[in-house]
Amino acid sequence: MNTLRRWFLAPASVITILLFLAPTAIVCAYSVLTRGAYGGAGQPVTVENFFRVFDPIYAEIFWRSLWISVVSTLLCLVLGFPLALFIARSKRRMLFLNLVMLPFWTSFLIRLYAWMFLLRDTGLINSLLLSAHIISRPLPLLFNDFAVILGLVYGYLPFMVLPLYATLEKLDPALIDAANDLGAKPFVTLWKVIVPLSRGGVAAGCLLVFIPCLGAYLTPDLLGGGKTVMLGNLVQNQFTTARDWPFGSAVSLVLMAAVLAVLFLAVRRKGEDLL
Amino acid sequence: MVSEVKTVLELQALTKHYLTHRAVDGISLAVEQGEFFSLLGPSGCGKTTTLRMIAGLETPTSGRIFLSGADVAAKKAYERNVSTVFQNYALFPHLSVAKNVAFGLERRGGFGRAEIAERVDRVLSLVQLGGKQSRMPSELSGGERQRVALARSLVLEPDVLLLDEPLSALDPKLRKQMRVELKSLQRRVGITFLFITHDQEEAMSLSDRIGVMNRGCLEQVGEPAAVYRNPQTRFVAEFLGDVNWIDGVGVRPESITLFRQPAGGASRYVKAVVVRNTCLGNYTNIELQLEGETTCFVQQQGAGTGFAPGDSVYAAWNADDELAVPAEQLASVPA
Amino acid sequence: MRRLLPAYAVAAYAFLYLPLLVLSAFSFNASRFTVWHGFTFHWYAEAFRNQQMLDAIFNSLVIGVTASVVATAAGTLAAYGIWKRRASWLTNSLYLSLLTPEIVTGISLLAFFQWIFRFLHVQLGLHTVILAHVSFSLAYAVVVVLARLRNFDAILEEAALDLGANEWQAFRRVTLPFLAPAIVAAALLCFAVSFDDYVITSLVAGVNSETLPMVIYALARRGISPAVNALSAMVTFGLGALILIAERLQARSKAGK
Repeated sequence: MNTLRRWFLAPASVITILLFLAPTAIVCAYSVLTRGAYGGAGQPVTVENFFRVFDPIYAEIFWRSLWISVVSTLLCLVLGFPLALFIARSKRRMLFLNLVMLPFWTSFLIRLYAWMFLLRDTGLINSLLLSAHIISRPLPLLFNDFAVILGLVYGYLPFMVLPLYATLEKLDPALIDAANDLGAKPFVTLWKVIVPLSRGGVAAGCLLVFIPCLGAYLTPDLLGGGKTVMLGNLVQNQFTTARDWPFGSAVSLVLMAAVLAVLFLAVRRKGEDLL
Repeated sequence: MVSEVKTVLELQALTKHYLTHRAVDGISLAVEQGEFFSLLGPSGCGKTTTLRMIAGLETPTSGRIFLSGADVAAKKAYERNVSTVFQNYALFPHLSVAKNVAFGLERRGGFGRAEIAERVDRVLSLVQLGGKQSRMPSELSGGERQRVALARSLVLEPDVLLLDEPLSALDPKLRKQMRVELKSLQRRVGITFLFITHDQEEAMSLSDRIGVMNRGCLEQVGEPAAVYRNPQTRFVAEFLGDVNWIDGVGVRPESITLFRQPAGGASRYVKAVVVRNTCLGNYTNIELQLEGETTCFVQQQGAGTGFAPGDSVYAAWNADDELAVPAEQLASVPA
Repeated sequence: MRRLLPAYAVAAYAFLYLPLLVLSAFSFNASRFTVWHGFTFHWYAEAFRNQQMLDAIFNSLVIGVTASVVATAAGTLAAYGIWKRRASWLTNSLYLSLLTPEIVTGISLLAFFQWIFRFLHVQLGLHTVILAHVSFSLAYAVVVVLARLRNFDAILEEAALDLGANEWQAFRRVTLPFLAPAIVAAALLCFAVSFDDYVITSLVAGVNSETLPMVIYALARRGISPAVNALSAMVTFGLGALILIAERLQARSKAGK
């Protein structure tokens, strides 16, 4: 049986080793090399790239990535919690749940484009507001931090709703009845009973939103228009325009380290594997 | 006429250790061709593990298994001529009844489609499920599923049919009914049955011989009545029925008769006081208090006893009815 | 609060769906601009006339189907192997690949391919894209099939062994039929993920292997393009349908059997 099992694991193992682990190793190798004259990489071996990552020029990018991710996560939480609560209480849970997930599974790129269509100066929102004479000049809704956050929230809201729903669905309705019976009004019950008991779902949802936000590239690229530079954009930039692969690799590794650090902290506090 | 009794299954010092405990500890057993043999014991005594080792689904830590004289240690489950009826039947949900039953035959090869169909039909009518060939397992009742599982194993004509508590998932009435059918089926087919159960009534009513297991060890093997009357260990005595231990001697409740005066003759007797009577329908349990704080239970046929609580009585029994458990097995018997 | 929640839910769903619905609606707009000018199929026709777009769609389909088949096959076998006995390094690597930001996956594959190309005389092209897609969709396939395996009672395989089937036959005749819905769901998922990918593809595609997302990206960068609106509507509803089928299959397989 063991030989059979080894054959079964073989294709995936080969794919993982060749197309995931080996590339990761190459990136690690690049991160300690020096940028060559024509954009290649070579000796000397150095850790200078990692020091450069913490240079003040790039600190701004770090901070922006961090605070955009935090704000997006919090917004997802605030917007997602009532939605998850609604679904958990409704009679057609699976239907509403699928409706939340469905947009996510269509096309990420197209959804970003849709927001561009809505938000740009010549986009739908501004056109409507202008033609209704509510404003006289188009609002700068696109190509700024606001648009990026909006895009991230829109993109990752389902990731918040799903785990929140899972936790809320398991909530014993008798607890809510007990709270009501003891004299708590609906909002009080929500705040004092439901929210504390859904801590697990909140943590999972925040994790599932924060991590992709940290590593976001397409959203800040399209909706931020090159102005909102997050870590993902920096990496892409180093690998294409700037042709500084060693530095780009170093930034990638720091980004991965940040992701793993967040995951490690979260898992340690919860004491269980989320995935 | 002396018939040759053939040993179809033999276990020699079969052992299975896990990291934390010993599931099976040196079991030796010989099951005869055509026998209905039950392994009886409480949960966790190792009977299921033993079964799985015979089937080839677990590897023994040590010991040997012989099937029809051949050592099968090297053979995998699918190479052994034994078949298992699992506790929850393990019917393949995506296959019809006929396809389930035909599964083993198809794996064997050498059977044409027509012949397979014929054998399937035959075995299904044997278990009284003729006509249900195209049904799916989800459409069947618990009893019907059990018969499909039986048919599926029987059609392969194994040397030994292993049954892992097959009746425990059925409701009590159906259980009793299936017991009768199972016994007559085995008689008709003549295949050796190795039956696992924790229900002593089931084991006693079905088996030619029983083996009582406890904590991985086989404590006693023999015909049900013999084991009941002459248990070799305290565990066996107490597992097969109720026992009163009076002055180091074991007496079953149904062997005791109550008298107002000491009875003459060869019987043994002790003085006692009636504590309470409990009527259980067709018999009554009488609880007695003996000298020295021991309690004793007596079982009497009938609804009434004629003895009231507080009455002074003499409990008597025949020496023949005493359980002759060897002294060293009576470690913690109160004197 | 009883009435607030449903009202909020309506607003939330509107938020989720309006951008896509509006975009789809405007794909029928006769005017290039965001002023409604009349209903037309003109942009759809134009999308189909555009050779570059057609080539890109073709590429995306080829890549999607190939990568999906390979990833699902490898993923199904791996899920079975993992279910039989834990393979920590593989499982952890797969989870890590799920967590890795797409940009990091993309550059690491680019770096890897460029390094390999020193030894083989190959360039970036469709093949590198397919390899990349297999790499990042493998984990999805494993997760979907593994989830289904968790509902499988191992005793059914033991019964098959007991009846004379060897391990491979038991897998093929008993386990695989049970897994069928999950395998299809995994394939559809891998296809959807592959079809939509821009970040990784843009980094490892060659000159002649443009995919649909790359075309859409380029057009989106430049400004409003009604052809993109049309394309978007088609892709959205197409992928949406695929995903609904996948959901149906997963729901049905969880309910019965």
